[in-house]
Amino acid sequence: MRINETSVWQNGTGPDGDVVVSSRVRLARNLAGFPFVNRASAPQRHEVVRMVQGARWPDDLAQSLVWVNVQQATAIDRNILVERHLISKQFADGDLPRAVAISPDETLSVMVNEEDHLRIQVLRAGARLGDCFDAIEVLDRSLEQSLDFAFTSRWGFLTACPTNVGCGIRLSVMLHLPGLKLTNEIEKVRRAAKDMHLAVRGFYGEGSEVIGDFYQVSNQITLGRSEQDLFDHFAQFVVTSLVDYERTARGVLVRQSGTLVDDRVHRALGILRSARLLTADEAMKLLSRVRLGVCLGRVNDVDLATVHRLFLQVQPAHLKVLTQTEEQDAELRETRATLVRRALGGR
Amino acid sequence: MPSDRCDHCDKPAVVHELVIKNGTTLEVHLCEEHASAQGYVLPSHQPVHQLLTQFAVGAPAKSAAAKQKVVKACTTCGRTLAQIRETGLLGCADCYRTFEDGLQSLIERAQAGANFHIGRTPRGERDAAARHELRTRLVRELDEAVSAEQYERAAKLRDRIHQMKDAGDCEV
Repeated sequence: MRINETSVWQNGTGPDGDVVVSSRVRLARNLAGFPFVNRASAPQRHEVVRMVQGARWPDDLAQSLVWVNVQQATAIDRNILVERHLISKQFADGDLPRAVAISPDETLSVMVNEEDHLRIQVLRAGARLGDCFDAIEVLDRSLEQSLDFAFTSRWGFLTACPTNVGCGIRLSVMLHLPGLKLTNEIEKVRRAAKDMHLAVRGFYGEGSEVIGDFYQVSNQITLGRSEQDLFDHFAQFVVTSLVDYERTARGVLVRQSGTLVDDRVHRALGILRSARLLTADEAMKLLSRVRLGVCLGRVNDVDLATVHRLFLQVQPAHLKVLTQTEEQDAELRETRATLVRRALGGR
Repeated sequence: MPSDRCDHCDKPAVVHELVIKNGTTLEVHLCEEHASAQGYVLPSHQPVHQLLTQFAVGAPAKSAAAKQKVVKACTTCGRTLAQIRETGLLGCADCYRTFEDGLQSLIERAQAGANFHIGRTPRGERDAAARHELRTRLVRELDEAVSAEQYERAAKLRDRIHQMKDAGDCEV
């Protein structure tokens, strides 16, 4: 893992990348015969890790997967994984036996002993849910050759939380929706999403806040519909509609308030190129505005890859490792501002 | 003062009664054996631990309302429905069966009214379905073979069906 770079799915490229930052499909699975993680003893959790590690992985992955013992990992390493969206905050903060398997390109991670025994996620840049969907099915089929998953014909795949029972599948996209926010349409999106049984979350998923107009949208229903039905509806209707909606909003903004948009974008760029102290939240907020400017073609001397790299590098754990500083989070503001200023050609 | 010995033998008395007969009051003291012989019904022996348990938990619930207060817990993991409602998490796969009645409404609310799975099934389930299909086909072919008086083929088919049965692959 090269932490001075984004992973391939985090670099802002990919289909519909102006709006869809990334796509993710996640499966929840539990091993038959073991209590769920919240009731499992430490030896049982160890055994679950051992069984998953020894499972039948597809040949290409079996040789290349990197296993991280999260229980023994340092706080900074765990936070690096959270910031790279490879493990959840909840998983990082636990203190019982748990591990994560990560593919070298970071497009796959399998958390063992999160809320469920297995939380498998496949990630891609842009609107590529289909690729995630196909890849995760291959992996699921391979793992079930050697692992017995808890399943009943009535409820499907059994999960610790009944909101995941059935298919155990969560399809999600990370969307950049500054247009809908600026045109005050975002609340309509939230209401519509609720009516359609979709969850709208923040930048780090469940329980996280919306930062920099990034919204993670995902299906909430996992029972009573097949994986394919859920996928078809989400990928072909929900995501397509939201992308169209955001682009329409951006178009309206540029036509009706072009100068206002330019001012907002270039003012943000000016601060990022000049500031001496920056919090992570402020940096994210300003970088989000620059991203809008880049996508609309209003900023020509900054590329999307740089913006995305900074989204990652301004996070506390990445910043600490990159600059090899021992500073506490609150003291990192100067270090952060210096890094951003240099990356964007400021003085 | 009542005698502690049986009127008919030297064993300890377990029945003590005052009997009024023709205006005369008689004390009767009987051991277990003589009491039974004279038609007294004695309470069955109760193990000490049972008495202690009853003492500890109080009198057994008699009314329907009292019975409902007994908290149901999953026998596999010990989780109760109240804990599931509180944490939102089940403790094990068996909780789905243990609390099926209570969970159904909870799941329906969370899943937009859905209450059964449509979708992918794991390998074991698929294999079971495939075995069922194979057995059905073999039984049908056996029937056809017997009807057509193809006894050699029928014997092979019968062997195959029994092999599946022996392997525990299907119910025959």
